[in-house]
Amino acid sequence: MPSVGTLAFDEFGRPVLILKGQDSKKRLFGIEAHKSHILAGKAVADTLKTSLGPRGMDKCMVSPDGDITITNDGATILSMMHVENEIGKLLVQLSKSQDDEIGDGTTGVVVLAGALLEQAEALLDKGIHPIRIADGYELAAKIALDHLEKISETYPLDLKKLDPLINTAMTTLGSKIVNRCQRQMAEIAVNAILNVADMERRDVNFELIKVQGKVGGRLEDTLLVKGVVVDKTFSHPQMPKQVQNAKIAILTCPFEPPKPKTKHKLDITTVEDYNKLREYEKEKFTEMIKSIKDSGANLVICQWGFDDEANHLLLSHELPAVRWVGGPEIELIAIATGGRIVPRFQELTAEKLGFAGRIRELDFGTTGDHMLCIEECKKSNTCTIFVRGGNKMVVEEAKRALHDALCVVRNLVRDNRIVYGGGACEIACAIEVAKEANKIPTIEQYAIRAFADALESVPLALAENSGFSPIKTVSDIKSQQIAQKNPRLGVDCLNKGINDMKSQSVIETLIGKRQQISLATQLVRMILKIDDIRLPGESED
Amino acid sequence: MRGDLSTALNPIPLYKQGVEEEKSELARLSSFAGAMAVGDLIKTTLGPKGMDKILQCSMSGGPDAGKLLVTNDGATILSKIGIDNPVAKVLVDISKVQDDEVGDGTTSVVVLASELLRETENLLAQKIHPQTIIAGWRKATNEALRVLEGIAKNNSSNIEQFRSDLMNIARTTLSSKILQGKKEHFAKLCVDAVLKLKGKTDLQGIQIIKRLGNNMSDSYLEEGFLLEKKIGINMPKRLENARILIANTPMDTDKIKVFGSRVRVDSVAKVAELELAEKEKMKDKVNKILQHNCNVFINRQLIYDYPEQLFAEKGVMAIEHADFEGVERLAQVLGGEIVSTFDTPDKVRLGKCDLIEEIIIGEDKLIKFSGVAEGRACTIVLRGATQQILDEAERSIHDALCVLSQTVKEPRICYGGGAAEMLMATAVSQLAEKTPGKESVAIESFARALRQLPTIIADNAGYDSAELVANLRAAHTAGKSTHGLDMEKGAVADMVELGILESYHLKRQVVSSAAEAAEMVLRIDNIIRAPPRPRQRDMRHH
Repeated sequence: MPSVGTLAFDEFGRPVLILKGQDSKKRLFGIEAHKSHILAGKAVADTLKTSLGPRGMDKCMVSPDGDITITNDGATILSMMHVENEIGKLLVQLSKSQDDEIGDGTTGVVVLAGALLEQAEALLDKGIHPIRIADGYELAAKIALDHLEKISETYPLDLKKLDPLINTAMTTLGSKIVNRCQRQMAEIAVNAILNVADMERRDVNFELIKVQGKVGGRLEDTLLVKGVVVDKTFSHPQMPKQVQNAKIAILTCPFEPPKPKTKHKLDITTVEDYNKLREYEKEKFTEMIKSIKDSGANLVICQWGFDDEANHLLLSHELPAVRWVGGPEIELIAIATGGRIVPRFQELTAEKLGFAGRIRELDFGTTGDHMLCIEECKKSNTCTIFVRGGNKMVVEEAKRALHDALCVVRNLVRDNRIVYGGGACEIACAIEVAKEANKIPTIEQYAIRAFADALESVPLALAENSGFSPIKTVSDIKSQQIAQKNPRLGVDCLNKGINDMKSQSVIETLIGKRQQISLATQLVRMILKIDDIRLPGESED
Repeated sequence: MRGDLSTALNPIPLYKQGVEEEKSELARLSSFAGAMAVGDLIKTTLGPKGMDKILQCSMSGGPDAGKLLVTNDGATILSKIGIDNPVAKVLVDISKVQDDEVGDGTTSVVVLASELLRETENLLAQKIHPQTIIAGWRKATNEALRVLEGIAKNNSSNIEQFRSDLMNIARTTLSSKILQGKKEHFAKLCVDAVLKLKGKTDLQGIQIIKRLGNNMSDSYLEEGFLLEKKIGINMPKRLENARILIANTPMDTDKIKVFGSRVRVDSVAKVAELELAEKEKMKDKVNKILQHNCNVFINRQLIYDYPEQLFAEKGVMAIEHADFEGVERLAQVLGGEIVSTFDTPDKVRLGKCDLIEEIIIGEDKLIKFSGVAEGRACTIVLRGATQQILDEAERSIHDALCVLSQTVKEPRICYGGGAAEMLMATAVSQLAEKTPGKESVAIESFARALRQLPTIIADNAGYDSAELVANLRAAHTAGKSTHGLDMEKGAVADMVELGILESYHLKRQVVSSAAEAAEMVLRIDNIIRAPPRPRQRDMRHH
């Protein structure tokens, strides 16, 4: 039993307890610990393997409340899988950090890590020390990354010719359900990013892009609105449904009688007090409306609610108004329309108003749902992607897919070097790493060779998901790559008859790939260094 | 090796306890089983001769406990039965979306999706990759939608023709519902109601009032407007040339809203004084309201006895507590403004109508407004023998109204009775013949699934479906693209002559959303099911 090692005996053979409650704790160490880690890691990677690539499948997750998510996105699958195993959790985080940093390639990184673990198992059986394996992986990753830089190409980032950017976005979208209208979605993503991109700093502020979903219609009805869409309607049913050339007052103070902030009690002791208060209250409302009218605004957007009376006053003064607009949305509106958020009525002036060419209410279907669409803003660099789809799950999945595509385009804006997808760059790196391995004189050589094999797991999975014989396909491509010295050859997932990824324009970003390899290696190194797990035993009750 | 043995014997738990995972074949099996079960469940309700279902809500919990429901409406059936299968839930969702988007076709969309998945089972047995099937389906969907658009006709420029189209659509929709016996009557009712909305799709303007008793054919469309409220005591029960002020203002005790204020007095006498002041305030308010020169005052909120008495003294009819939608509808009908402040009487637009009176339907008193200025809202009064009939009639009317209002928005029409489906199926089959490769098989399967819809309609009516559908197919291949099934005679006939029309928007939505859902289900190869959230023990009874 593995737990024997935790007991020490005194000279009479009685066990000495070293740790509190030791007999109820579970412990796993040494080679068994490694083996169990590897098994868990492999299991997680196997689940994701079938989702890889344009012909990968989706997973259906049922939440504890019975809600359903259908997705192809690695990070989402893992985060909803309720993994409990410690090593499994590490992989979940691995995928999450790829998602946070790059936004795409969340499946690939886990598959790669799983393959590295699998190779490590064979090496452990050969009797190689885990640390040596870890060191070997480290060396190999360095070789692979260097080679990746070498085969990467700089991409022309020309704002007039968007095709290259669209192609990259299309590669990302290829594996998702939205690939039915891949081109359209890719264009939306590229246009959205270019709309908000800051080309001098080479950065993109994601806050300016809002992805809003609405069930109904078709995926093809998805569109990019250069402006803001908010899920709100005008506060009074009789206000006009459309406003042209709106001057917008953006308020964060409620249309309600003032609430003094100090702790206080306002006592009414006499009839005069009562009447005075009544007058004061009425005055306040007129004052509020007057300050808005004076500033020249013809539309009010407010973060808080309105009193009935104030609402009617707004109507009778022809001031259409929107209430209960959330914080992030109000910021977006302020940015888009170039207005300032005004916290007090007294501070409202003409310069602080925002401007929008057209504001209209959109109606949907038969349920009487409304949304407000603010367009032709002064500063047009905010935009909203408005996603439609036949059911809730499709809309959610389309939103995730668009997020991935947006991330990829942003990465290209940041760093316009690219590599070719379809497993091409993995195979190229594998060839290079295997070649370099022979030059290493120490035991690490084996680990490096294993790393090369692990890199091939991505093209293998791609080929398998596409219905090809995986080993035959990958070995074919590999020999061709060496013969033609062409690192752009990859798996022809869509059965187009050619496997030059440049002509198929299957493109991935260099930073994405680099991140995948280094993150996966890092994690596997960490797992290999663990040789002891202690679990709290099941509690007595 | 000892180590290996112990790893092998102690399975490493990957998931939390209670998580279930179904992989590839098993997952597909369970998803198809779910989809087909749902499809089979509701396919008997399809078509003019479809059957109804009784749904008994569970006896405990919820406001509907123990209620009985008789319905033919796909969305209603599916929303009421508890479903655990994840894929079945996807189908329920598309029927709900169809209901929200178009209002009708909720059964067709689910049946089509489940038939598509039924076809897939055979294709997968032939070892065709799901992604290949999906690629084929996409081509098929595009082709189907293309021919559907080709046949769609737009008659909205010719008002007479458009009206008769609308009547036909209403008849087609109603023919599968409980109202089919009186479909002529109700079709006219619905078309009139929708045309009153003048192109708006917001159905809130149409109010449906259900009252037990009488016969269904006694249902009618009220020219004016009905409000389910009573007139206050001591007030005129009948009023001609009414000038109506519609308000949303507190008429109980007009509170001081400045935060934190409270009344603190040192003697009882002062309380009385304050009370007087409060009364004075209310009186002021009533006077201000009266300055608007109105003789009817309708408030969304409560009206307390004191102001009510004041109104009664001045001979003004006061109606309290009209709900929010009621007030909005009233404002729309009467052309008035909803008022909350009363300082500027000259600016406020009053609502007008020729006559207000209290009428009695069944056992209830209602207020009727007739001769209204702007008839952009209206009331349908439904009568029927049992609550179930009334409920089902309301759902049917709602479906018809939804379809009609959507048709006014997107006026193109196409043909019902399975004609549109057969047209698409024929075109898709032709595409399959032209397409090389395995996708062709998938395209053909799409056509078969489409052909299932007329088959089910015929089956439900008890006709020889194989014979009928084959005849229909022959007719379509011969180029008679408007032919469909006549379920009265059990024969193939020209739908143009029979006037069986459907909205193009509805048909398009059925095909695209069923294909989308089927594709989504087909892409699933793994189902991970989290354990249900543990219920907190209810400690209240211990």
